[in-house]
Amino acid sequence: MDTKRTTFNNRLLPYLLLAPQLAITLVFFIWPAAQAVKSSFEREDPFGFSTVFVGLTHYRQLFADPNYLDALWRTAVFAVSVTALSMLLGLAFAAAVDRLARSAKIYTTLLVWPYAVAPVVAGVLWWFLFNTSTGLLPFFLERLGIRWDHDLNGTHAMILIIIAAAWKQISYNFLFFLAGLQSVPQSLIEAAAIDGSGPVRRFFTISLPLLSPTTFFLFIINVNYTMFDTFPIVDATTGGGPAQATTTLVYKVYQDGYVGLNIGSSSAQSVLLMLIVMLLTFVQFRFVERRVQY
Amino acid sequence: MVENRPFLTFLTHAFLILGFLVVALPVYVAIVASTHDVSTLMSGPVPLLPGSHLIENYSTILTSAAAAHGLPNYSHMALNSLIMALAITVGKIAISILSAFAIVYFRFPFRLLAFWIIFVTLMLPVEVRIMPTYKIVADLGMLNSWAGLTIPLIASATATFLFRQFFMTVPDELLEAARVDGAGPMKFFRDILLPLSRTNIGALCVILFIYGWVQYLWPLLVTTDPGYYTLMMGMKRMVTVQDGVIQWQLVMAGSVLAMLPPILVVVFMQRLFIRGLTETEK
Repeated sequence: MDTKRTTFNNRLLPYLLLAPQLAITLVFFIWPAAQAVKSSFEREDPFGFSTVFVGLTHYRQLFADPNYLDALWRTAVFAVSVTALSMLLGLAFAAAVDRLARSAKIYTTLLVWPYAVAPVVAGVLWWFLFNTSTGLLPFFLERLGIRWDHDLNGTHAMILIIIAAAWKQISYNFLFFLAGLQSVPQSLIEAAAIDGSGPVRRFFTISLPLLSPTTFFLFIINVNYTMFDTFPIVDATTGGGPAQATTTLVYKVYQDGYVGLNIGSSSAQSVLLMLIVMLLTFVQFRFVERRVQY
Repeated sequence: MVENRPFLTFLTHAFLILGFLVVALPVYVAIVASTHDVSTLMSGPVPLLPGSHLIENYSTILTSAAAAHGLPNYSHMALNSLIMALAITVGKIAISILSAFAIVYFRFPFRLLAFWIIFVTLMLPVEVRIMPTYKIVADLGMLNSWAGLTIPLIASATATFLFRQFFMTVPDELLEAARVDGAGPMKFFRDILLPLSRTNIGALCVILFIYGWVQYLWPLLVTTDPGYYTLMMGMKRMVTVQDGVIQWQLVMAGSVLAMLPPILVVVFMQRLFIRGLTETEK
């Protein structure tokens, strides 16, 4: 990692400049993370007077616990569904907007604002749309012969949070895909057009392959988003239910730790989540091109 | 456009308009629902056209509705949200620009270590360390305080990286010229780097304001005193009614008001917003 060719040579000043950020990071990030690792190997008695080292017990219990394994699987399904749905729609919108020269800016404005809607509000809005007694969508679904009930039907509840979470993320994917499409060299497109390939074919043979770095980057970002930033959607709407059908890994950490006060298990779950984020961050920085390159 | 295909262009417009309508549907329904009274909403699916209770509902939510749920006034919660969003925005930018300055313009022992410590924050979102972070904040006596609500959220690797990347593109000649003229590091920072970073700071402001405004889990953990509740927490309180009817028309009015500020920021500062979004994530 490089500095400038010429630098200042104060001794103390750089440390002073870094002090606020490093202090906050150490106190509120690294120390708690270390505590989580530590308490994941310990058992605390109910009154908090003594702690015993229990090794990998919490981890072994987690992987023997069908509830945890279910949450793991559910989170994977949730993450992949949200990622696929929001990326496909984002790409479709971006490809459409990219075709239009004059009205591109207006459509961009019309499509970006959901990014600014808070997850909790997004959850409540979709929850209302799907509400069994007053919602619009169950009314139409009923005509198609589907009795919608996310309070009792776990699959319905999962579909609800997938839609709410994906809805919020479409604008993000749209913007990145649009930036990627706009940097596809015009000469390639023109050459292909002269050779007689139509817009649809050009999209699949030229633009889409050239977008692959963007696609991969967005895949990682979206999985990360779905796993960690969707807590408010779950908490404000389904509350993890019915019968745990929408309890994601993060929601379970919160429930077991903050609500259930099972510190050991919650810490072990935290540590496992940290490993997942580290893996995602590593993949992102190791394999994803920093810029969209052609 | 490479070739002129009127029909395909028509299809493109049709697809985008339809797409917009679907994307806007939940918000449209929320706006419509916020203009009806509760009996209309409870008696069947939401009407598709606005009703006549707009002023009544919005004045109820702004004055008395929140109190019925043991919440402070709506405007009080909105003010809390604003304070939190602004404090996080200013705090993050301030500490990140300083640390990026240190990392780029100085050579000192443990520089790389400092960089890695900052980098690690990327891998430790609040969501994965809920309990221990709560405990730290409690031990420091920062529960139910502005400090506890904002300070733990202002460490940011992405903002630091953005400034670092930008500083690397600032020509070295500027620094050399400043040194020839006898300017010290802080004078160089204040008179040259800071003005040059204006656009980046603006872009970050937009992104971080939204980030701060939509915070949910953190305030939920560290505040029990309703005086510190933000709009996002109020939202949840209003839909968790144990027995009785959810006042959907008020919940929807509250939702519309709560999403308005960040949406306005995005729409009116779109250029900065897009720049901030694409630059910080790279």
